[in-house]
Amino acid sequence: MPLLDVDDLTTYFHTRDGVVRAVDGVSFNLERGETLGIVGESGSGKSVTCYSLMRLIPEPPGRIERGTAMFDGRDLLQMSPKELRKVRGDKISMIFQDPMTSLNPYLRISTQLIEALQMHRDIDSKAALNKAIEALEEVGIPGASKRVFSYPHEFSGGMRQRVMIAMALITEPDLLIADEPTTALDVTVQAQIMEIIKQRQNDLGTAVILVTHDLGVVAGSCDKVLVMYGGREMESGSADQIFYRPRHPYTRALQKTIPSLQEKGQELFTIPGLPPDVSKPIHGCAFHPRCPYPKIGSPEGERPQLEDIEPGHCWAACGFCDSSAPIETVLAKADDHVAEPVDGDA
Amino acid sequence: MLKFIALRLLQGMLVLLGIYAVTFVLVAATPGSPFSSERAIAPEILAQIEAFYGYDKPLGERFITSLGNVLQGEFGPSAVYANRTVTQIIAESFPVSIKLGSISLLLALVLGVPAGILAAVKRNTWLDYLPMSVSMAGICLPTFVMGPLLALVFGLILKMLPVAGWYGPEYVVLPATTLGLYYAAYFARLTRGGMLEMLNQDWVRTARAKGVPEHTIIWKHCLKGGLIPAITFLGPALAGIISGSFVVETIFQIPGLGQWFVRAALNRDDFLVLGLTVLFAAMIVIMNLLVDIVQVALNPRLKYD
Repeated sequence: MPLLDVDDLTTYFHTRDGVVRAVDGVSFNLERGETLGIVGESGSGKSVTCYSLMRLIPEPPGRIERGTAMFDGRDLLQMSPKELRKVRGDKISMIFQDPMTSLNPYLRISTQLIEALQMHRDIDSKAALNKAIEALEEVGIPGASKRVFSYPHEFSGGMRQRVMIAMALITEPDLLIADEPTTALDVTVQAQIMEIIKQRQNDLGTAVILVTHDLGVVAGSCDKVLVMYGGREMESGSADQIFYRPRHPYTRALQKTIPSLQEKGQELFTIPGLPPDVSKPIHGCAFHPRCPYPKIGSPEGERPQLEDIEPGHCWAACGFCDSSAPIETVLAKADDHVAEPVDGDA
Repeated sequence: MLKFIALRLLQGMLVLLGIYAVTFVLVAATPGSPFSSERAIAPEILAQIEAFYGYDKPLGERFITSLGNVLQGEFGPSAVYANRTVTQIIAESFPVSIKLGSISLLLALVLGVPAGILAAVKRNTWLDYLPMSVSMAGICLPTFVMGPLLALVFGLILKMLPVAGWYGPEYVVLPATTLGLYYAAYFARLTRGGMLEMLNQDWVRTARAKGVPEHTIIWKHCLKGGLIPAITFLGPALAGIISGSFVVETIFQIPGLGQWFVRAALNRDDFLVLGLTVLFAAMIVIMNLLVDIVQVALNPRLKYD
């Protein structure tokens, strides 16, 4: 039995301007100790997927419409608030994108670090404090026994993210959800933070869901990858399958955008257009308006069904374009097509 | 911190000096004199009176003399009530205003702050709408409407409470309620705003992700920051309650400072006007200093400098 088995997770936001289909039928699973990377552009529903699992979606306007998320045999989406509180911070922890705003500026680091321990473990405050100092040392904060009494504003961004990691892992959870943990940080610090997450994961055997739009990070640290677009699953598989045998046009285009894989001196490749407006219903394939592949048939139609290509590797089998050729050929052939302005809202 | 307080007190002294000078000039520039009355006074007698109060000297000299007296704690005689000094008048009426003011402020805090917290936590439910519409009405309704209204209902119709005077504890109820409700409304709105801002912060989400229950999030994570707007308002509020109570003091016939302020201005009682102005200014300076100290204590990002 996998540690986490998510099936058909669907989260909508019911706003005055209509229903925003932020996450629309996403499924994945995760074994103990494994790392799953969720990738996609901004607004593709990666973060909302994570928040839905933790039930941190503001309700209203958000609502988890359907789906199941079996964690250790229990459905996270059906838990009572009390049961949820027992899971949050104990079995599942989370780190957030912006370390500058994710720590409470009014409370000492020590108070915030030991909070989860006090909540979930029968531990006296002295032992908890020692554990907190230990946790800070493990994420590489020098002078931890003194700095534990500092306030968040006395730390730099990278240091704060280390504190967040220490805080999330202090209860040795089974699952760590990291929502773009490096996006708000300096490039030099990003690598350090990823290294710390990986190292702590190895020490504790924690499974990790890593949300990112940095494909380089995914290639370096994930066992499995889920590619999302417009709130939907486009393709999923092992890191090798996704990187060496991408099937979906979006996955292929996304890979083309990795800066380090592009020739030096050349203009960087970008996918033209904008991500879809998920407040309007999407017909057919969500990526269709921006797809560089030759189109076949009308874009209106049934949503592409997920189809297995090989064991563990599936894609939203799109019948609206001819995606048999590798993307390089298509891009070379249809240079004018790519250059055309594309209406992203279509 | 001591250095900070000393520096701020010094600054406060300068502010008070400025206020004293400006008030002095304004009072001197006002046409008429404290000694003119409907009855004609013989010019020799008037000259004698003016000489007694020092009005025959040039303005600069008068300013220096009066400032010297004030620095020694003597605001001078009342120009209208011949047998009393300004200090005596303040000593009689200030305790009354302090008593009325502190009870009103306490009432305002006890009603306003919890209502604001409740409204923020239960936002967009009737527990938010009800206290917020009541407080909106409270802000819009001036004390000179609220006061007579309360007096009418509880004094004249229900005959539960006295409507005027200052003789015993029951005389405090209506004026303190009138003043307190008005400021309670402000505190409620400020507390709601402050708490809402805190509850929408990212770190509240972090706390929830740790499994922290909602009540702990409110008390431990949000209250400190959420109260800052209300505490900032505390300084002006106290000064306003004590000085601004002159409407309420007039309605309920309370022998407090506010009444004297009005009377002094109408009578052109120069020394009394000056004395009361400096007193109010000093209160505002001290309250603001206290508020700043409390703010630094609440917000670790602030430093004394």
